[in-house]
Amino acid sequence: MTTVGLSFPRSGHRTIVMNRRPSRWWYVLLVLPLLGLLYPPLYARSDPELAGIPFFYWYQFAWVIVAAALTLVVYLATRQR
Amino acid sequence: MSTGLGAVVAEAHETNATALAVFIALFALVTGLGFAAVRWRRAQLDHLDEWGLGGRRFGTVITWFLLGGDLYTAYTFIAVPALVFGMGAIGFFALPYTIIVYPLVFIVMPRLWSVCRANGYVTPADFVRGRYASKQLGLLVAITGLLATMPYIALQLVGMQVVLAALGVQGDWPLIIAFAILAAYTYQSGLRAPALIAFAKDALIYITILVAVIYIPSKLGGYGAMFDAAENALPTHKPKPGALIPVGADAQIAYATLAFGSALALFLYPHAITAVLSAKSAQTVRRNTALLPAYTFLLGLIALLGYMAIARGIKPTNPNFAVPDLFLNVFPPWFVGFAFAAIAIGALVPAAVMSIAAANLFTRSIYKGYLRPNADHADEARIAKIVSLVVKLGALVIIITLPTKYAIELQLLGGVWILQTLPAIVVGLYTRWLHRWALVAGWAVGMILGTLMAQSQDFAPTYPLELFGTKINAYTGVIALAANLVVTVGLTLVLRRSGPADAADETRSQDFDELAEGAEPPPRGVPLPVA
Repeated sequence: MTTVGLSFPRSGHRTIVMNRRPSRWWYVLLVLPLLGLLYPPLYARSDPELAGIPFFYWYQFAWVIVAAALTLVVYLATRQR
Repeated sequence: MSTGLGAVVAEAHETNATALAVFIALFALVTGLGFAAVRWRRAQLDHLDEWGLGGRRFGTVITWFLLGGDLYTAYTFIAVPALVFGMGAIGFFALPYTIIVYPLVFIVMPRLWSVCRANGYVTPADFVRGRYASKQLGLLVAITGLLATMPYIALQLVGMQVVLAALGVQGDWPLIIAFAILAAYTYQSGLRAPALIAFAKDALIYITILVAVIYIPSKLGGYGAMFDAAENALPTHKPKPGALIPVGADAQIAYATLAFGSALALFLYPHAITAVLSAKSAQTVRRNTALLPAYTFLLGLIALLGYMAIARGIKPTNPNFAVPDLFLNVFPPWFVGFAFAAIAIGALVPAAVMSIAAANLFTRSIYKGYLRPNADHADEARIAKIVSLVVKLGALVIIITLPTKYAIELQLLGGVWILQTLPAIVVGLYTRWLHRWALVAGWAVGMILGTLMAQSQDFAPTYPLELFGTKINAYTGVIALAANLVVTVGLTLVLRRSGPADAADETRSQDFDELAEGAEPPPRGVPLPVA
């Protein structure tokens, strides 16, 4: 709610403005890739195949994109401007 | 990966003039870039912040190229598909490894960046020394970094050696020339050189791999046919049969712990931290964790080249030649030259950043820490430049005089070792509760235990651990780190009751906070108003 402005007595230093700290709950999203990938019994299978590619392979490739998207969401949600 | 790699250059290849000409032309172009880098974003290069960290001014795009070029090394491009070619699924752990590393980096590295920026730290060892007010602990972190980095630089040479041999170039002299050129422009331009070369390297790599993963499967009858061929061939592989899918607890625990442990280790490596610290803001680092997975996707595709080589019936004398031989088999000579140049130039970026990181470590923690405490900025930059030469010379001597097998084994140990700095660096970013002498003891236990375990398994990456009656086949580095943490926490509990009091922390709690983009850190010596 509150905006705290810190200004330093010496000139030449930019004023640091700290907005209200964004919720840290967003960071929970970052745990998902670890859960999805660090338990191989979840995905160490051939089926279902995707265009001839075994599940084990396309599942992990899919996580590259999902994990990047999650990281982007957390970045945008927690960034301080 | 430790079997039969002793004689990497044993395979005889014919020289192809077209391929060699394209290769040399691209290499010359990149050499020009390396020397031109001294004029790029011109600054006083006789300051360690400028020579060794590029002035901490790299924005999102440069940081992306630099980190991508630095972390996904030439050796990776040779070794990952070689492992997939030989063993199948287990080699694919590189994919989960390089996915989960970024959420971890997102959380941890902006704090490290901020505290290093606020206190002028150039290396993780600087931070540890300041945080725990312990020159000794800083020295241990620096030595661990140096030990882990040296064989890694040597392995970049292996990547280069493989493509040179595949081009039919004989003898050690091309390697010596390539490294002498690299040493010269790194000496002159510092971190600016690999940052600029990374652009060229990545453009070449992306083009090569995209062409390969579209063109080669079209000759093999599609991805389905490729996986079928791999599924049939892998179980017949000797000495150990491979598998397309990791089945059974042993294989799966190995897979998961290798991915997890490698992810923890990656950003403890000095060359990774050097690239992180050269970013212009903590936000730049964060943004990159969402963008760097593009390289991970590329690495996954590169891993699949191993299966393409199987499906194409490539029979290299050594798995390291699986990809080069595949390229020679399917591509016209001019594109072979292009692709091989991509791999060789891919060795230059990490080798340069690694030698700079090692030079920074030596200069700050050993030279300034112990030999000449009064060294000024110009002294530091001068020493770092010289050390970067020494480090590269050392790597060259290792590769030319010792069998490649040792470099590979040492690099595996390097990963185990660098993990032992995690408690001091990563935990230290959040709390000072761990006692500095407990950290020293935990580090020693992890280093010794990890080395003995790796040695007992003939440098295979996993160790069959007996724990409460069940056998766990886990990555050695993770086991050693667990032992390290148990000792560190246990001894901290004891020392907090009776041990020596903590020395003063050089860092301040606000140093860890992220600043608004472009803001200057609070000046030291001016008391912060309490908000």
